[in-house]
Amino acid sequence: MAEPGVVSARLALGWLIAGEWRAHPARFLLTALAIAVGVALGFAVHLINGSALASFDGAVRGVNGAADLAVRATSPLGFDERAYPRLSLAPGVADASPVVSLPAQANGARFTLLGLDAIRAAAVTPSLIGAQARGPDASTDALFDDDGLFLSRTTLAAAHAKTGDTITVAANGRRVRLRIIGLLPAVAEGQAIGVIDIAAAQESFGRLGRLDRLDLRLADAAAARAALPDLLPAGSVIASPDTVAQQGESLSRAYRVNLDMLALVALLTGGFLVYSAQSLSVARRLRAFALLRTLGLPRSGIVTAVAVEGLAIGLVGAGVGLAAGYGLASVALRWFGGDLGGGYFRGDAGLAFQPLAAAGFLGLGLAAALLGSILPARAAARAAPAAALKASGDPVDPRARVPWKPAVALLAAGGVAALLPPIAALPLFGFAGIALLLAGGIAGMPWLARRLLGPWARRNIASVPRLLAIRHLHGAPGAAATALCGMVASTALMIAMATMVTSFRGAVDEWLGEVLAADLYLRAEGGAGFDPATQARLAATPGVSALAFSRQLPLTIRADRAPLTLIARPLTGPSARLLVPVGRPIAVPPGAIAVWVSEPAQRLYGWNPGEAIRLPVAGNARFVVAGIWRDYARQAGAVVIDAAAYTRITGDATRDEAAATLAPGARADAVGRGMRARLPAGLRDAVSLAEPSTLRSFALDLFDRSFAVTYLLEAVAILVGLAGVAATISAQTVARSREFGMLRHLGVSKRQLTAMLAQEGALLGLVGAVAGVLLGGVVSQVLIHVVNPQSFNFTMETRVPVGTVLGVIAALVAAAAATAVIAGRRATAADAVLAVREDW
Amino acid sequence: MSALLAVRGLAKSVPGLRQLFAGLDLAVGAGELVAIVGESGVGKSTLLNIIAGLDEADAGEVRIAGDLLGPLDEAARTRLRRERIGFVFQAFHILPYLTLRQNVGLPVALVSPDPVAANARAEAMLARVGLGDRGDGYARDLSGGELQRVAIARALVHRPALILADEPTGNLDPDTAARVLALFADAVREGGAAAVIVTHSEATAAVADRVLTLTPHGLVETHG
Repeated sequence: MAEPGVVSARLALGWLIAGEWRAHPARFLLTALAIAVGVALGFAVHLINGSALASFDGAVRGVNGAADLAVRATSPLGFDERAYPRLSLAPGVADASPVVSLPAQANGARFTLLGLDAIRAAAVTPSLIGAQARGPDASTDALFDDDGLFLSRTTLAAAHAKTGDTITVAANGRRVRLRIIGLLPAVAEGQAIGVIDIAAAQESFGRLGRLDRLDLRLADAAAARAALPDLLPAGSVIASPDTVAQQGESLSRAYRVNLDMLALVALLTGGFLVYSAQSLSVARRLRAFALLRTLGLPRSGIVTAVAVEGLAIGLVGAGVGLAAGYGLASVALRWFGGDLGGGYFRGDAGLAFQPLAAAGFLGLGLAAALLGSILPARAAARAAPAAALKASGDPVDPRARVPWKPAVALLAAGGVAALLPPIAALPLFGFAGIALLLAGGIAGMPWLARRLLGPWARRNIASVPRLLAIRHLHGAPGAAATALCGMVASTALMIAMATMVTSFRGAVDEWLGEVLAADLYLRAEGGAGFDPATQARLAATPGVSALAFSRQLPLTIRADRAPLTLIARPLTGPSARLLVPVGRPIAVPPGAIAVWVSEPAQRLYGWNPGEAIRLPVAGNARFVVAGIWRDYARQAGAVVIDAAAYTRITGDATRDEAAATLAPGARADAVGRGMRARLPAGLRDAVSLAEPSTLRSFALDLFDRSFAVTYLLEAVAILVGLAGVAATISAQTVARSREFGMLRHLGVSKRQLTAMLAQEGALLGLVGAVAGVLLGGVVSQVLIHVVNPQSFNFTMETRVPVGTVLGVIAALVAAAAATAVIAGRRATAADAVLAVREDW
Repeated sequence: MSALLAVRGLAKSVPGLRQLFAGLDLAVGAGELVAIVGESGVGKSTLLNIIAGLDEADAGEVRIAGDLLGPLDEAARTRLRRERIGFVFQAFHILPYLTLRQNVGLPVALVSPDPVAANARAEAMLARVGLGDRGDGYARDLSGGELQRVAIARALVHRPALILADEPTGNLDPDTAARVLALFADAVREGGAAAVIVTHSEATAAVADRVLTLTPHGLVETHG
């Protein structure tokens, strides 16, 4: 709370603030713009994430109907339907509706095909009940027709069909002709669902005796939740609508949080820019403040004046930022989709304004501007008025000890924070560590500048411009830090991100090279598979030297997590080498089935080598973890078991992928055609063939696309930082016009002054670049070894993007030098005569 | 005695406003110290700036050590200031990030790339102004009087033909001003340079060999 002296001095404070803005409107607007950019990016990313999640949540809830609880199969193999009567009679369960759920395709439209018992579903999930079309050929019992299909409006439109049409639906490897007999009126727009009778679904799509879900309406939720676990059939879990929605949310959460954090970096950089601008503004007005103090304004009056300026900057910046963020989000949703290229969500997401988030980002913008203003304001208030009035306000003192302890303390705190475990599977301490490291690095800037320039400053320098440049920077390292703080923060993060992305991409590339060792890959889509007879035919294709078949099944381990992938493949022979092990494998006891756990699965479920685990397949079979393998393809985790063991315990001899090694001299395209010709007619369209180079470039394209937005956010942060350097150097240079005037009197030519400023700018850029690169190197280690494993469960070795590092250094040096020269032209163009006059 | 500074027929007006002065003549010989006084706004500082080649006269000519200023381009004027002119300012303008030795040695360093020579000359000049042991110090260690002594050392270190001082004691108390002025006058006379001081202060003018009052019609000798 301001003291009475401040309140009574509000008119003077008002004049002070208004006068400053009138005199420097461009500075005010640029600073507000820096906050606006940060708020806009943060708010836009948040809105996009929220819209995508809302759309995903709606889709999940649409497919699930409005059941209170569901028993869900842990894999596409489903669970035994004989559990249905037992579960429906469980205590607390009022009604139960059995469901077959299959990914399906028709006329190019992808949708979830649900097989329902219409009578039971009407009681448990009424939103999934179809409404028959009225017309002369509509019969009342069409609801139970084997070929009757209800579609949601979205699916109907995507399939370019109309009620009454008969279409071919492909699911679970079967193609069945179904007649569209009506719509699903209670299913929301945008949700792709089809419903048929459950018996028809089981019969037509090869799911006899199996269920994928049992939707439950509860009379007593507590009783049901207590009783159900003991009644669950093998290969099933209990899931509520919330836990199912959390699956997708959990998979994309780390990506979204990382994007949020990156967007906030721009705001952090904006905060530093406010700090730079306000520091300069305060330094320039030290004598004015001293005069006001002498005239009776209390210390807190100075702090209040600068803080109010900061708040106004924050208010304008955040207000503009919120509006720009909303616009940016709507454009980005249209161009990139709800996951900004991350590949987590499909479908359109509608944009909804989020008032709470808007208030939050407004608060963050205000906080960044306020904090950036308070620190210089406090420094100004501490200055003794008499000394400030007498002095020119120049803080230069080459012998002043540069404090290093706060920097070391912040860096140490950052290091410790980075070592702490994640919170709710999010690397929050990792991000806190990064923020502390950045703060420590910036606090250490004056020390670094002094250290870097010390050896030069002590040398006898013949060139006057160089002498002046080096001595000025060496004497005023705090000014260098003020100019560079935003730039160092954004450069450090850019270097860190670039190092992390280069390391990640390099690791993925290397890994792809190791795992894509075959010459040709086949994949059966949409639940289709290769039965043993087809496998034998394919293996006998001329030109095929070896063919390794595998089966991939999603397995739900926990209802609230995205399913991991069970891969059944030969683990003896040449294809065994295609697993990239992490650490040493162990020998599995005789009789036990070995399972190889991917790195993400190990981190997510805590499965370590030698441990016995149960997987929800073949009646919760027991496996022993033989080792950990590197997998960058499946963030939700994967486990590999031997194909023969898989068939033995599940009885499932179907395979859905194959890797072919070609005989010497065989051509991939010819062999591919030969293999396709050997497929059953119904399977030919459902199988895709690809060469490793195609798969590799597809994977790397996907990788690059998912990081494209991060590059964009980094670029914005760098631009904001560069703008900060330009503004600060410009202001600092203009503030030195009297010094330049004196030098011109002494006979320093304009060219020499320009050379001096260019060298000073280049040195400043170099110091900033060195600081940014060093700090970026440290932050990259937190990203690689803390944030990445805790967010995505991937580990990797560091690869330094040498080209980017050198490019950033060169760009910074050039940009700082050019800015200094341009600003210097303005300062040295001022009349040398006027510049040395004592008026102020 | 040949004049190191010779000004003839100089005229200057403020564009669109008024004539500052016209038909101004001035000659200052080696070792001579001339003070120019006059009311505020009469054009004293402007005259000094025209002499230094930092401002243009409407008419007339300025010669420094025989060299005519008028035909010189910007680069040549810069060279002339560097080699032939020393300046003393009211606000001292000692660079806070250079040592006092470097501040004083700056004009030498501008013409010679030999830092040893610049340092030696600066050291000698600092000793001459009574600050011989302060070469490694910085501006913030010094009082106003000491700062002006450093500025005088800087103005003399490269043995200029002409020293121009604009209100050199304007920021000093009377006692300090008297000591600094005495030092300045001695140094000028010893070095054999011509010196022009522009001032409002009678005490400052009193140390000069001649005091001239600037009027719109030129310089009028007050006493000699």
